[in-house]
Amino acid sequence: MIQHIASWPVLLPMLAAIILLLPPCGKSIPIRRVVSIVMSIITACVSVALLITVYKNGPIVYAIGDWQAPFGIVLVADLLSVLMVVLTSFLALTVALYSSVGDDEKGSFFHPLVHFLVLGVNGAFLTGDLFNLFVFFEVLLIASYALLMHAGDKHKTRAALQYVILNLIGSSVFLIALGILYGVLGTLNIADMSVKVSQLQGDDVFLAKIGGLLLLVVFALKGALLPLHLWLPNTYASAMPVVAALFAIMTKVGVYAMLRVYTVIFGENAGPLNHMAQPWLWGLAIATIVIGAIGVLAAQDLRKLTANLVVVSVGTLVALVAIQHVSATAALLYYLVHSTLVCAALFLLADLISHQRGKVADRLAPGRGVAQPVLLGACFIVAALAVVGMPPLSGFVGKVWILKTTLDSERALIFWPVYLIASFALLVALTRAGTSLFWERKHQDRDHPVEDNAKPMQVIAVIALLAGSPLMVIFGGPITEYMIAAATQLHDITLGINTVLKGGL
Amino acid sequence: MELLYASCVGILVTCGIYLLLRARTFPVVLGLTMLSYAVNLFLFSAGRLTINKAVVLGTGADYADPLPQALVLTAIVIGFAMTAFVVILAIRGRADLGNDHVDGHLVKSNSKEQK
Repeated sequence: MIQHIASWPVLLPMLAAIILLLPPCGKSIPIRRVVSIVMSIITACVSVALLITVYKNGPIVYAIGDWQAPFGIVLVADLLSVLMVVLTSFLALTVALYSSVGDDEKGSFFHPLVHFLVLGVNGAFLTGDLFNLFVFFEVLLIASYALLMHAGDKHKTRAALQYVILNLIGSSVFLIALGILYGVLGTLNIADMSVKVSQLQGDDVFLAKIGGLLLLVVFALKGALLPLHLWLPNTYASAMPVVAALFAIMTKVGVYAMLRVYTVIFGENAGPLNHMAQPWLWGLAIATIVIGAIGVLAAQDLRKLTANLVVVSVGTLVALVAIQHVSATAALLYYLVHSTLVCAALFLLADLISHQRGKVADRLAPGRGVAQPVLLGACFIVAALAVVGMPPLSGFVGKVWILKTTLDSERALIFWPVYLIASFALLVALTRAGTSLFWERKHQDRDHPVEDNAKPMQVIAVIALLAGSPLMVIFGGPITEYMIAAATQLHDITLGINTVLKGGL
Repeated sequence: MELLYASCVGILVTCGIYLLLRARTFPVVLGLTMLSYAVNLFLFSAGRLTINKAVVLGTGADYADPLPQALVLTAIVIGFAMTAFVVILAIRGRADLGNDHVDGHLVKSNSKEQK
């Protein structure tokens, strides 16, 4: 059993989703909720167990059906991918908890869809094969389409239509890119591709370059990089906040795929194609930070503001991908975990706040005060401090680390001003948001009915997400060591190739 | 054969992209379908176009690359599911938004004009 552990984070959510569709869970709401939460806890525990195993014993390569790489499909559990899997499972657990007080019954099949989404995301993180990555992308996308329509209204239909069509075009481009790369390289296994890429000659180099840059288009669409980010604010702001919180991991799938493909395949050892995407990534990332910060300043409600915060964080992450250096990748991983948790928490907070403010909802306008100003205010200030990057929370550590890794190169001249001014813009926007949400009241407060209060489960979910930020500072030492180890492993391409192609279960 | 095949793919992609850029959902769905046909043909050609070769490995020294065929099969299945979803969504959008524009011009502006 234990040698199959690398496949469990993919199989368990699938099992959970199927169980949730079957009669006892399909009919009774309490049973469905309990099963969903229990299965999320099991998935999270297994992910953590996998992380510990990989940390102790080195990467696990799991050949599905015992078909060896490069011919079969492999799952590769190295430090980077298991970190992402743990993050996803944890996020899914908090979402399952949060939704279990009523949000899940506003439409059908909420819990199974959450587990299918986790199946797709975990699969995309673990797979060592590009075509398999495409398949898992589709799995997570179709679950996300349905989740986006959960508790549907007009705005959701409009946002969903655009989101679905854009992603379908993205899938076609992905397939064309895979076709080109397969035609040139004769393989789709990531490790094998990185071997073959360096041996390319003649016109094949240009074909591979076209394929690789088409992949960049796809990942930029998933990750919401500048020219292709326009779908994100609308989609995330019109989805239910609990769904948007879960979507916080989806842009990170795009960033993760960029990190894998442009470090391992088109990285240092790629011969004529080494670092080919770097200039594109760098320019677009800087522009994304700028546009995201402008979006944050212009946002009229808290959900749209958070959606634009996601765009800013994607820009920062991609800028670090472009640097392609061990220390930059380690900083990227730290910032990625931090920003996912905080953005998810902010979406959930936006839901609680808008629920308690009545008609004004989460618009940044004077209106009714919230029912629990102390609790929500405290959560908001923690989230805001973390996301802006003020001491003493994880955002600050992440920011200092990012600035430090960019210091040595001449890139600092561009990156530092842009990033620091963007952070300042975030600070201004969040201060304004907090002031108008909690302090500006239009009329005398009537007493809030008790049912307005946040339910214990919702508070637990939000606090669990927010607790990540101080914990990442308190346990900063071991976490930093882990991130550096993961980044070193990713950049050690020959080691990766050897484990995948010569090892295997 | 290569010329014919390549122009087929090219024409399909051109038509698909033209239709994708239309404002209404039905042409867009048609465009998506055309694009996915083109993609399937293209993926198939990734294993090189050959004739008179065995389909299955092991029956002869010379065989066609089986992997692109598997890829195409997967792509077709996924493409079907996604197209079905987008068709249903387009119908839902027609009902919810009162028109079939992709960016969903709200009904209000139309009804005002009529008044």
